[in-house]
Amino acid sequence: MNPTPQLRPYRTTRRTLLTVAAAGVTSACVTSGGNDKPAANEGAKSAQNPLGVPADAGLEVVIFKGGYGDDYAKNAETLYQQRYPNAKVDHKGIQKVGEALQPRFVADTPPDVVDNTGAGRLDLTTLVAAKKLTDLGELLDAPSLDDPNTKVRDTLLSGVVEDGTFDGAVLTLNYTYTVWGLWHSKPFFDQHGWKVPTTWDAMLALCAEIKKAGVAPWTYQGKYPEYINDPLLSMAAKTGGEDLLKAVDNLQPGAWKQDALVQAATAFADLAGRGYIMPGSEALSHTEAQAAWCQNKAAFIPCGSWLEAEQKGVAPAGFDMVMAPVPALSTGDKLGPAAVQAASSESFLVPAKAKNPRGGLEYLRILLSKPAARKFAELNSTLPVVKGATDGLTVASGLGSVRDAVKAANAEAFAYRFRTWYAPLAKAVDDATGELVNRRVSPAQWADRIQKAADAVAKDSSVKKYTR
Amino acid sequence: MKHGRARFIAGVLLPALVLHAVFVLSPYAQAFYLALTDWTGVSGQAHFVGAGNFVRLASDSLFLDALRNNAVMLLVVPLVTIALGLFLATMLNLGSRRGLRGITGANTYKIVYFFPQLLSMAIIAVLWEFVYNPNTGLLNGGLRAVGLGRLARSWLAEPHLALWAVMAVLIWSSVGFYLVLFSAAIEAIPADLYEAALIDGAGPWAAFRAITLPLLRDTVQVAFVYLGIAALDGFAVVQIMTVGPGGPDGSTEVIGLGLYRNAFTYGRFGYASAMGVTLFFLTLTLAVLALRGGRRERLELS
Repeated sequence: MNPTPQLRPYRTTRRTLLTVAAAGVTSACVTSGGNDKPAANEGAKSAQNPLGVPADAGLEVVIFKGGYGDDYAKNAETLYQQRYPNAKVDHKGIQKVGEALQPRFVADTPPDVVDNTGAGRLDLTTLVAAKKLTDLGELLDAPSLDDPNTKVRDTLLSGVVEDGTFDGAVLTLNYTYTVWGLWHSKPFFDQHGWKVPTTWDAMLALCAEIKKAGVAPWTYQGKYPEYINDPLLSMAAKTGGEDLLKAVDNLQPGAWKQDALVQAATAFADLAGRGYIMPGSEALSHTEAQAAWCQNKAAFIPCGSWLEAEQKGVAPAGFDMVMAPVPALSTGDKLGPAAVQAASSESFLVPAKAKNPRGGLEYLRILLSKPAARKFAELNSTLPVVKGATDGLTVASGLGSVRDAVKAANAEAFAYRFRTWYAPLAKAVDDATGELVNRRVSPAQWADRIQKAADAVAKDSSVKKYTR
Repeated sequence: MKHGRARFIAGVLLPALVLHAVFVLSPYAQAFYLALTDWTGVSGQAHFVGAGNFVRLASDSLFLDALRNNAVMLLVVPLVTIALGLFLATMLNLGSRRGLRGITGANTYKIVYFFPQLLSMAIIAVLWEFVYNPNTGLLNGGLRAVGLGRLARSWLAEPHLALWAVMAVLIWSSVGFYLVLFSAAIEAIPADLYEAALIDGAGPWAAFRAITLPLLRDTVQVAFVYLGIAALDGFAVVQIMTVGPGGPDGSTEVIGLGLYRNAFTYGRFGYASAMGVTLFFLTLTLAVLALRGGRRERLELS
């Protein structure tokens, strides 16, 4: 469940393969390296400086310069510089974070803060297992920059701390709050008198109407089947509630064969079977499918809340896209109809062997302050993880609908964790769902093959297990 | 001066040898070692797991898909590319009526066919992704325009077509190069051989079989090795162009893609190295077989 910068095709050439070889060279000197800890680089703690940042230590910040650019990070660096005028801040805005930093992690000479995001990011669970990250607990318990009486922990939206928790320790903090749902153009719907459905039955009825009007009811980013996974798994989670999420993420036997999941799969197979998905969607990249949707060739498209920013310049003026939660499959759903799948992403971390870890933590404290978060929201029309960061801000239709959805969902924001924990399982689910919505496997076969993949992960002793 | 000469030669060779050892040989050696470990790519430690990674490969269904797909590519891509290259080279050099000169405009064709070679693989893959677009692509658009709309397909999204679509791109992108290679070899064949054959009443097919093919044997053999290695790779095109990538559902998975995914997405460098080592031996076997199988008596032109 990652926003678009991570879903983009990797655009790799053979050269990438050479880095595998090159990485081998570095390992020569490193795989034998010891575990000596550098002397703690700590300054005096005070109310002004609760984390004890050494005033003149340099700070190296590496930012993934993708869909969100890196201006927001530079802004936070300016704020850091104002607090520590003697510190030299070294900023790097790059794309292939993993390729650039992998050798530095191996050699234990990492930067002080890393925005580990994008298609080429380092695998988080691998970093965690190798104990390469600083525990951020101290930062969370430090007073926030805006209000000395509020801890940083309490300024974050629900689920953010959990998203960065591995075996009880908070090791990363994500910066953006992503909500998944179904998108449509409000004026286009108004013009036809279509109402956004809150139940699946109403969805099917509306699809029939839309199709009659000569518009394809749905399209999806077929080249990357994870996009159509999101509404399917969201619907199942709403039906099955917390128990279903736990069963799936904890790799319980038979988890994928639960009724709620099979029914959701059946619903999507049915959607495809009735011809409600735009022909050709299965081969379109995210840009192609989203462009077709912006031309009103299809009414609905599933996507995360980055969509509005991504379609800047593609969506015509007055397209006014809005996001709605995925409809409820049954009347007996355990979660309310307003519940949304939400997760934080754009993960920031402080490497364990950073030269200036205190400065790294302080940088994050600044980044998580309201002024810095608001700046981010302004620059990227994306919701940051800081509570109330967009309050009073005039926002575009899409971001407004996302903000409203988060409010309406109240505490009913849910997320699956298996994608981050077990990447190979995520691939198995994507492949299976791609086959399901192209009617090449039945819902029962879909559940079967994913269960098999989940069982294989559960059995594999070389994979570190997590539980929620 | 003998000593001076040896020293001079060593001085010239040594830097290159050192660079080669550090940047080529040592990574190879390391990959072999890493293939026997569980190295994650970021950890300072790598635990020895023996042949564990290789055992695991044997039951990795995606890797088996990749092996199958690479095998199909290995059969199809070199054969079709060489056949097309030979045909076009022959036409361009000996395609005229009397069979001694090429068809009119041969040089222009040669340049046009060579064009794809000038583009990087990444650009080719992106272009062909547009061509294969089921709704707005050139291929389906063309089929519809000539009334063959029935044949329009979702080329990259249908499991039984996707690999063929990928192979078509690989062939398209390499035919030009082999056309030029074969052309050069044909030009080196003395014209009197063809004249003599013509006088003896040989048709174009007989001349091709009796003269061109035997004299091009070495060139074709080299082409086989190169194309075989390219067919065992295919990573760039698959990664950029296909659904998933590698899909739908593993139908275009190749070894290089699995290697990349395991190393950089899953953080399993040890396992990925095992894939790399497997690929290395496959490529080596192929090269040895192709070069040995073709070692026969040489035809001397004098």
